[in-house]
Amino acid sequence: MVDVLTEVLNVLLLLFLVVCAIAVAQIRDMLSAVIVFASFGLIMAIVWQQLSSPDVAMVEAALGTGVTTLLLIAAISKTRRAE
Amino acid sequence: MEDQIVRITSRLVAPFIQVYGIYVILHGHLSPGGGFSGGAIFGASLVLVALSFNLEVGAKQISHATASVLESGGALGFVITGLVGVAVGANFLANRAAGFPLGETGEFFSAGAIFIITAFLGVKVASTIVTLFYNIIEGEDKSGDAH
Repeated sequence: MVDVLTEVLNVLLLLFLVVCAIAVAQIRDMLSAVIVFASFGLIMAIVWQQLSSPDVAMVEAALGTGVTTLLLIAAISKTRRAE
Repeated sequence: MEDQIVRITSRLVAPFIQVYGIYVILHGHLSPGGGFSGGAIFGASLVLVALSFNLEVGAKQISHATASVLESGGALGFVITGLVGVAVGANFLANRAAGFPLGETGEFFSAGAIFIITAFLGVKVASTIVTLFYNIIEGEDKSGDAH
């Protein structure tokens, strides 16, 4: 029963990943795209944890969600927001 | 981005992120994480404060020049720690053969040179992220205005 629930959680996480990846490419507003990309990185970190590699999950949460978002927001503040 | 909520939140959260980053760096030989993960967490907190306030507040924490010096110093410390092994007569980056005390397994001081190397790696990665941020935000004109 626990295994089935874990599989359901994994499938839900992967579905959310696909939805986020498509949304990042479709959204025209740059700031919204960056925020959706941050949530992509957060879900990806949980997926790494589910794949039993907590080390990669930690780097993904710090770099993929934190630093990438901050650097992209810095880049947006230097350029324009709409595509 | 002159937002009061963002400023107060980042000011409250930043010390906790920094303590967690130092924890991940120092426990790199015992638990998941290490120099790269902890350095990225620590650098992210510095960039967070500099982005939510302005560059003057960020430069009060760590300036562009200081970050560049720390970046080179971290790499230099890594190499010097490795060269200790060569000086003693063992291989480059040797640990027990170079005479570092190993301590008891599972204790905090238990990995000899790996502890020192991870600390230098953390300094290097954190200052690299700060330098990246300053390079993007200052651009070519170096006006010093983040917004």
